[in-house]
Amino acid sequence: MSGLSEFLHMGGYAFYVWTSYGIALVVLLATALSPIRQRRKLLSGIARSVRRNRAQ
Amino acid sequence: MRPGSLSGAFLLLLRRDLILAFRRRAEMINPLLFFILVTAMFPLGIGADPALLKAVGPGVIWVAALLAALLSLDGVFRSDFEDGSLEQFLLSAHPVSILVLAKVLAHWLITGLPLLIVAPLLAVLLNLPGTATTVLIITLALGTPVLSLIGAVGVALTVGLRKGGMILSLLVLPLYVPVLIFAANAVETAAADLPVMAHVSLLSALLVLALSLSPIATAASLRISLS
Amino acid sequence: MITRYFHQLASPPYFYRIAGRFIPWLAVAFALFTLAGLYTGLVLAPPDYQQGDSYRIMFIHVPAAWMSLFVYMVMAGAGSMGLIWRMKLAEVVAISSAPIGASFTFLALITGSIWGKPMWGTWWVWDARLTSELILLFLYLGVIALHNAIDDKRTAARATAILALVGVVNIPIIHYSVEWWNTLHQGPTVTKFDKPSIDVRMLIPLLLMAVAFKLYYATVVLMRSRCEILERERNTQWVKELVES
Repeated sequence: MSGLSEFLHMGGYAFYVWTSYGIALVVLLATALSPIRQRRKLLSGIARSVRRNRAQ
Repeated sequence: MRPGSLSGAFLLLLRRDLILAFRRRAEMINPLLFFILVTAMFPLGIGADPALLKAVGPGVIWVAALLAALLSLDGVFRSDFEDGSLEQFLLSAHPVSILVLAKVLAHWLITGLPLLIVAPLLAVLLNLPGTATTVLIITLALGTPVLSLIGAVGVALTVGLRKGGMILSLLVLPLYVPVLIFAANAVETAAADLPVMAHVSLLSALLVLALSLSPIATAASLRISLS
Repeated sequence: MITRYFHQLASPPYFYRIAGRFIPWLAVAFALFTLAGLYTGLVLAPPDYQQGDSYRIMFIHVPAAWMSLFVYMVMAGAGSMGLIWRMKLAEVVAISSAPIGASFTFLALITGSIWGKPMWGTWWVWDARLTSELILLFLYLGVIALHNAIDDKRTAARATAILALVGVVNIPIIHYSVEWWNTLHQGPTVTKFDKPSIDVRMLIPLLLMAVAFKLYYATVVLMRSRCEILERERNTQWVKELVES
């Protein structure tokens, strides 16, 4: 498996390359997940206010 | 000057703003004092080595000018906003961009022009040679109106907001970068006894661009802020 | 027929539904292009003879920088459409784009900095492109801050549209001035961020990642737009019916 360890080693630049790709993953994931959470919160918030208004 | 004419309105507004400012002469000194103080802080902070001061002088003076401009900008539309005259400007038959130009001119005469007068003193504090001082005054003369014009757009966008002053810096400082770069570099180049015609031309171009576009943007922003 | 479709598209409930159907497909396409880009970039592309394997950061850095500018243009364009034609949807897309553009800009800056460390030995260099990116980040943050500071959504949309337009006019000026400033203050080092002729085995992953990032933007902007629409239209009939289903 020297191919894999060489790949991970990235010619000595492993830290720089993998940190960059890792940060990219985190940033893109966070930016994509935030609207998902927000949509759920919005829908439940609107549902609650609809129920409240109906109960009045 | 016929009553109701555009030039009449322009001059009237200019006179009014200048008179209002002169009634509070003490307040007019503040941006100037700030400018001087901030510049004077630098030798205290980084040491008085003449060569070092001469190297950083142009940049320091210009950054101080940017900050002084920002500080004074907040009041351009504020008092008019609070007493309702701003809405009257928007309702008038005259193009708002011209009225805006009058206000910005008044603002520059009150806060920008004094910087020009004080600049030679600061040049001495930071050990700038004579040629550099002349160019410093020229760059301030060309650059401070641009600061007022661009800043006016930012103020117009934030005039109705509670913490408008803090956001103003965030909005306006990135837009100030070209002026800072060309102006500070012009003074450095002059200090090295090299020709600065190119820099001055660029600054003039920025001024012309700002004069033509920013009143329109400011007027549009005022309409939006007051809607 | 096209104008009728455009009109329909401009209606928030219609857009909400249609966007909802597109999002999964765009996400899948993004995943495929990313895998292709990563495989060709990390495995197939050979090491650079000068930079070794560290140049592979480019496959993230350069597309992120391209997107940071692209998204700003879209934001300014959509903002002007909202200003001129009062299209609600244009306003929505404009403000939904801002955080995405800011993320790309941040990513370009950080990967640029990390790439710079092995190349130039320091974490930050006032390279012309990085400095311009930094200012672009401030422009984005300004748009986001202004939007958050104004309570009324429509006023906020129109104010940020003007700010974005002023920014768009300034971006070439800022870029030119920074580049000029940099050539004066730069030492003898030459930036290695783009080589005059790039090996095709390095070009392909670059382009694949560029497409992937565009698909990412399309996916996420639709997702954020749906949230923005729900927020704006929360008191309308169609949203109430949507919530009940």
